[in-house]
Amino acid sequence: MAEKQELRDVEVWDGNMAASQAMRQVQIDVVAAYPITPSTPIVENYGNFLANGYVDGEFVMVESEHGAMSGCIGASAAGGRVATATSSQGFALMVETLYQASGMRLPIVLNVVNRALAAPLNVNGDHSDMYLGRDSGWIQFDAYNPQDAYDLNFIAFRVAEDHEIRLPAMVHQDGFLTSHTAQGVHTIDDDTAYNFVGDFKPMNDMLDLDHPVTHGVQTEEDWHYEHKARQHNDLMTKVFPRIEAAFDAFEKLTGRRYNIVEQYNTEDADAVVVCMGTSVETAVEVSNELCAEGKKVGVIGIRVVRPWPHAQLVEALKGVTAIGALDRSSPNGTFGMLYNELAGTVVNGEEKKVVTNYVYGLGGRDLTKVHLREIFAELLANAEAGKPTTPLQQLIGVRGPKISFH
Amino acid sequence: MLEIRWHSRAGQGAVTGAKGLADVVSTTGKHVQAFAFYGSAKRGAAMTAYNRVDDNEILNHEKYMNPDYVFVIDPALVYTTDVTINDKPETVYIITTHLSKDALIEAQPKLQGKTVHTVDCIKIAQETIGRAIPNTPMLGAFMKISGMYDIEFFKEKMKNTLTKLPAKIQDANMDAIQRAYDEVN
Repeated sequence: MAEKQELRDVEVWDGNMAASQAMRQVQIDVVAAYPITPSTPIVENYGNFLANGYVDGEFVMVESEHGAMSGCIGASAAGGRVATATSSQGFALMVETLYQASGMRLPIVLNVVNRALAAPLNVNGDHSDMYLGRDSGWIQFDAYNPQDAYDLNFIAFRVAEDHEIRLPAMVHQDGFLTSHTAQGVHTIDDDTAYNFVGDFKPMNDMLDLDHPVTHGVQTEEDWHYEHKARQHNDLMTKVFPRIEAAFDAFEKLTGRRYNIVEQYNTEDADAVVVCMGTSVETAVEVSNELCAEGKKVGVIGIRVVRPWPHAQLVEALKGVTAIGALDRSSPNGTFGMLYNELAGTVVNGEEKKVVTNYVYGLGGRDLTKVHLREIFAELLANAEAGKPTTPLQQLIGVRGPKISFH
Repeated sequence: MLEIRWHSRAGQGAVTGAKGLADVVSTTGKHVQAFAFYGSAKRGAAMTAYNRVDDNEILNHEKYMNPDYVFVIDPALVYTTDVTINDKPETVYIITTHLSKDALIEAQPKLQGKTVHTVDCIKIAQETIGRAIPNTPMLGAFMKISGMYDIEFFKEKMKNTLTKLPAKIQDANMDAIQRAYDEVN
């Protein structure tokens, strides 16, 4: 039996430690991992817990991230609770296997500590890897601070392993800005945390030799489409109710409330920024300051990136005229993902919206409060004019002459 | 909001120092943040670490900071990096040096007119801990200059954050904190 840890009510943890503690508390059967900056400490801490008797499960050292996710897929298909962690290039190497995991309906939890993609090589935080995974059929949760990174792990296991869902889930946190930033984290004691997720209940597990099953089959034009359609349908219809239920149960347990779309100062707002990660919190601080000056500006944080919260956003954006979509990833030849998705979400509504796109923070470049004040000023001007007063896409915080398009 | 910037070399313990301070402050019910810029992430490379402390939840994640305190724990960084960047008129400097305050300001004129305190954290660390890890002595000096906590209270709390270290090293760190508290000027 794994030994338990006595935690203080508030521990000063960085996002990596928060994720590894959550992984310890849910007692995972198999972690197959290949550490990579900035997610390395998640695996390191977990290995430490294991070596010191705080974890009963297996830790498998593999030769690559492709091997790590492959190990996770095998262990999950065999019938165990499974998780791992990665970042950036490691995530990119996992991509092929990510689609295997979701297509085989294996409830693996992957902590992704977001980091830029090379070249040029960069270890700092942006959302390029998160965006790379957005069509892979996984559920994607986004943390804004170490507390979220801790809490969302429990939510992720509970939702992913639900027999109605059976889909893998990623918990994203910002490289360094969350993963290496120590903040107070309200803890849950070991038994309560474990019980929130509960015992792992296998389904179609390969080690159930009395009920043989086949995993990883080939289907051509006869059945492939039906499998993909069913998976997409489940993502579109079944996942949100289960996430809502998990958020409700979590609030009851801890008092901490999460929402699929987080809204701050959006009531009566003329203009909002929509963003993810630590930027949400910095934007909220600026929004609070501007509201105190009488300006009607709010912030919308995307808590669940996949499935895309279309209906929740339509609701949240009611009455808002100007929307700034803040993308922390180079779109490489188009608009940012958030811009495109938001534009798709609002285009058929009755209210006229002005949507503009800001690319920022690539490779860990700082998003300052001054930047956010400038963005809010532009968005208020858009709201006032009822049309864009700036180019549709602007790069902010980059050296040299202003870069903007359309 | 209290904001602190540490100037250090990778391996001198600025991150541990910043996290240790955050740990102690957190036990008093305040909200904390401790983070670092790793730069080229090589041992010996110049780096900065940061603390934020507030009564309210800390939402700001920008790296940009106008610090209330600047801690310099490696003596050469006063010359090779700009430790005064983004400061404000009331910024307080605590700098590790073997020089007197006047000699230091003469050697680095950028410090002219600023509130500067000096303490030789390197020497203190070498004589107490036995290694040039100047992070904990800096916190002793900070307690003296800021009056943040009673030094005995601070040492007791700090000792709790060092429980992974052998008892002898914990005691040496306590001596280092006390000496820097006594010697900073």
